[in-house]
Amino acid sequence: MNAQSSNLRLVRICLFAALIAALGLIPRIDIPIAAGVPITAQTLGVMLAGLMLGARAGALSVLLFLFVVALGMPFLAGGRGGLAVFFGPTAGFLFGWIPGAFLSGLLGRSTGPLSFLRGLAGAFAGGVIAVYACGIAWLAIVAGLGWKAAMIATAVFLPGDVLKSLLAAAIAARAGEFGK
Amino acid sequence: MIGLYQHPPTILHRVSAGYKLIALAVLSIVCMRIGNVAILAACLGALLAVYAGFGKPFVRRLAILRPLWPTMLAIFVAQIIVADWQSATASILRLLVMVLLADLVTMSTRMQAMMDALAPLLRPLRMFGVSSERISFCVAYVIRLVPLLLEQWQLYADAWRARTGNRPGWRLIAPFFANILRMAGRHAEALDARGFGASRQ
Repeated sequence: MNAQSSNLRLVRICLFAALIAALGLIPRIDIPIAAGVPITAQTLGVMLAGLMLGARAGALSVLLFLFVVALGMPFLAGGRGGLAVFFGPTAGFLFGWIPGAFLSGLLGRSTGPLSFLRGLAGAFAGGVIAVYACGIAWLAIVAGLGWKAAMIATAVFLPGDVLKSLLAAAIAARAGEFGK
Repeated sequence: MIGLYQHPPTILHRVSAGYKLIALAVLSIVCMRIGNVAILAACLGALLAVYAGFGKPFVRRLAILRPLWPTMLAIFVAQIIVADWQSATASILRLLVMVLLADLVTMSTRMQAMMDALAPLLRPLRMFGVSSERISFCVAYVIRLVPLLLEQWQLYADAWRARTGNRPGWRLIAPFFANILRMAGRHAEALDARGFGASRQ
């Protein structure tokens, strides 16, 4: 890998980390599709990082974002941040973002060029299934909520996250047309 | 952009970041093992006293607990159903203690100190071609990019409003993405021109 492409890769990893942060800071009214659905837009950024950067760079992008949050920047939705968020009951979802982005990229990109359907499969498997698996496991084991209750509590967010998978796939497929 | 660091310095500000992080890790593990409600309540009481003792900005930061209430309530109810009220109370107290403890470290440690302390943990990333010097650049760059991205989106939204009179919608998303990817390309070129990262190739 030469110096040029490695700088471009680095900048893109940072760009998507910043995008996840920006999505948490947008006032809810400005999110075009959010009408009434309980969502934070940040998982959209996680799915997009995987889909548009690929598995490894996408996961690194999320890792960088979480690192900046851990350092004390209030970049999570609602101005949360610092080390405290990694000790809270919903920390599993944050950790789940890393395999989430990886899986999004793996399924969305590895079998051929990005299309809407491939993107949707990747975004759903990564951004929903992988993230929920980590989030539910943390709620159940660390926070002591119990498996059944954790699953029920998490199901509230499913409609919003399905919507975000669709949106992420659509954006990634469209943005691909604009080229690199 | 303002971080979560609190300025009026306290005793904790003088302790090095590494020790604070190790203490946090150890105390959190210990905390996970305590099942006794009285001991956990005493820990929480002691922590609250520390917050109160450190002054107003610290007390105001207790607001970080507010978004946790729905989850805490769900955990409490679920624990009462599957176990008893004692383990339910213990779960909630344990979470409160761990969150407040972690935030104490965040509030008393500058970003640079935290970054230096966490650097050894990031060393495995070298396998993926990310050296620790580059991580410093990335952190600063991400923090600068966030307001830049919000500004870019605002620009598109304003242009849309001025021309259509409607609220900005999904149509702006694709050109916005094309624009920020082009911006990333320009920034990468600027880094190349300055020879950033070239010595390692």
